[in-house]
Amino acid sequence: MNWSLPRFSPLALAVFRRNLLVWRKLLGPAVVMNFGEPLLYLFGLGYGLGLFIGEMQAMPYLTFLASGIIASSTMNAAAFEATYSVFTRMVPQRTHEAMLASPLEVDDIMAGEMLWCAFKGTLSTAAIFIVALLVGGVQGDWAPLVVPLGLLVGLAFSGVAMCMAAVSPSYDFFSYYFTLGITPMFVLSGVFYPVDSLPSVLQWLMQLLPLVHAVELIRPLVAGLPVEGAWLHLAVLLLYALGGYYLAVVLARRRLLV
Amino acid sequence: MSPVIQARALTKRFGDSEVVRGIDFSIPRGSCFGFLGPNGAGKTTTIRMLLGLSPISGGELRLFDLPMPGAGRAIRARIGVVPQMDNLDPDFSVAENLRIFASYFGLGGAEVERRIGELLDFVELRDRAARKVGSLSGGMLRRLTIARALINDPELVVLDEPTTGLDPQVRHLIWGRLRELQRRGKTLLLTTHYMEEAERLCDRLVIMDQGRILEQGSPAELIARHIEPEVVEIRGDGLDALGRQLADTGCRIEPLGDLLYCYAESARPLLDRLEADGCPHPYLHRRANMEDVFLKLTGRELHE
Ligand SMILES: Nc1ncnc2c1ncn2[C@@H]1O[C@H](COP(=O)(O)OP(=O)(O)OP(=O)(O)O)[C@@H](O)[C@H]1O
Ligand SMILES: [Mg+2]
Repeated sequence: MNWSLPRFSPLALAVFRRNLLVWRKLLGPAVVMNFGEPLLYLFGLGYGLGLFIGEMQAMPYLTFLASGIIASSTMNAAAFEATYSVFTRMVPQRTHEAMLASPLEVDDIMAGEMLWCAFKGTLSTAAIFIVALLVGGVQGDWAPLVVPLGLLVGLAFSGVAMCMAAVSPSYDFFSYYFTLGITPMFVLSGVFYPVDSLPSVLQWLMQLLPLVHAVELIRPLVAGLPVEGAWLHLAVLLLYALGGYYLAVVLARRRLLV
Repeated sequence: MSPVIQARALTKRFGDSEVVRGIDFSIPRGSCFGFLGPNGAGKTTTIRMLLGLSPISGGELRLFDLPMPGAGRAIRARIGVVPQMDNLDPDFSVAENLRIFASYFGLGGAEVERRIGELLDFVELRDRAARKVGSLSGGMLRRLTIARALINDPELVVLDEPTTGLDPQVRHLIWGRLRELQRRGKTLLLTTHYMEEAERLCDRLVIMDQGRILEQGSPAELIARHIEPEVVEIRGDGLDALGRQLADTGCRIEPLGDLLYCYAESARPLLDRLEADGCPHPYLHRRANMEDVFLKLTGRELHE
């Protein structure tokens, strides 16, 4: 294995741009796919449960839930793109192999891909944020900050997911990743209810994973409350982004450069 | 002038198996250099090492006097690649494929648009510019891949089996274009299983088998060095007996499939005998070619 530190060049943006151009062609279906599910959660649970719950942690349940869904849909969009789509370009479609016949290196390709996956995450962030705003779920003056924050959240999830793409033998492999990794995080990271209602072992475990930190940054911004422990949350997300990128590059080198 | 590629003791191992076993070669600027070899000889692996797509296990490699690996980016900026298997981008049209690929080199703008037009003319795909890649035939895909390999105006073009699976018209078109590229001063490196192609295009050839280079030289040199100038091929069943009868005509006789190959300095005595005996089998008298050299050096049995 080649563990040398990744060094990417500005050409990585060409990889990002390629994906952007393809995405622009398929805009309609992509939008429905990306935003349909989170909106269902937001409206279905927000209005349904909101009626019974009223307030949670000193904010309307709709606000509580919307801020959680902003974080989790960013995670889902980024992780989906970084597994299924990156794998498609890496293995069956051999797009990365074609790119490697240019000055691009694996380091650049993975950097461009990761930025792209995070960008798709950010689109989700922005879309859910706008919907939450329209239905009156947003109170904070600084709430629009969640959109740029979405890019960091997207990076944190795409790096790790790209590692899955780089080692996966087939698409089936990703259902393990989602069932064993992403979905438990979605359910246990304070999206639907506060994390401190969980048994302490689980609470502790969830602190090691990135989604809790994304939620704890986004929720107070949306609700207009002070953000606590911001630096810790940012640091965890950044660590996942950098560590994920590094490992993804190492694994992709092993797969592509044989 | 220093060679475009210089390889010394170049080696590649996959686990325990050594698939390129310390080969040496050097490719002069402006030449058309061919790699011949049976399936699994190590041609594609060698090319992948040249491009920095496969870490080398041993030996030394320099392209344009730069070390590979090490100067991978700078080297690949000056190379065009036609891979063995097409990997065009299915999400884009013909012209978009060229435009996107140019962007990987940091190229764009009016200059690239002009080149795209030129290249589409060069490979006769101008009228398909807007078509999706998925709707192209094998021959068109190959031509587009060749155009793509030229988008960065490379000094060296590497083609891994550029004409495999193509019809004769497309093959002739590609041969013409490759000769044209050579006239423009580009260096070509190609692999092929078609001996006729190698003989027509290449100034210099290496013949590889099981990771080793068996021979190198120009096609004419290799033929002169290894094969008697005249060949008679006899076709039919039960040729073993005939082969034994003909042993005294001074020919070297090699069976292959349902053919008997007879090699001689002069085929006259053999032909006289066949005519006199009223040979019941069809036969063909021809000059020795690269295929004869290839079969002699790499053996007549299957390799895989
Ligand atoms: N990734 C790999 N892992 C293990 N062995 C490999 C790998 N790639 C190639 N080989 C082996 O290396 C040998 C050389 O393969 P290579 O593709 O270079 O041959 P080739 O000369 O290009 O053959 P062909 O004419 O069929 O294209 C083969 O025996 C092949 O099975
Ligand atoms: Mg090959």
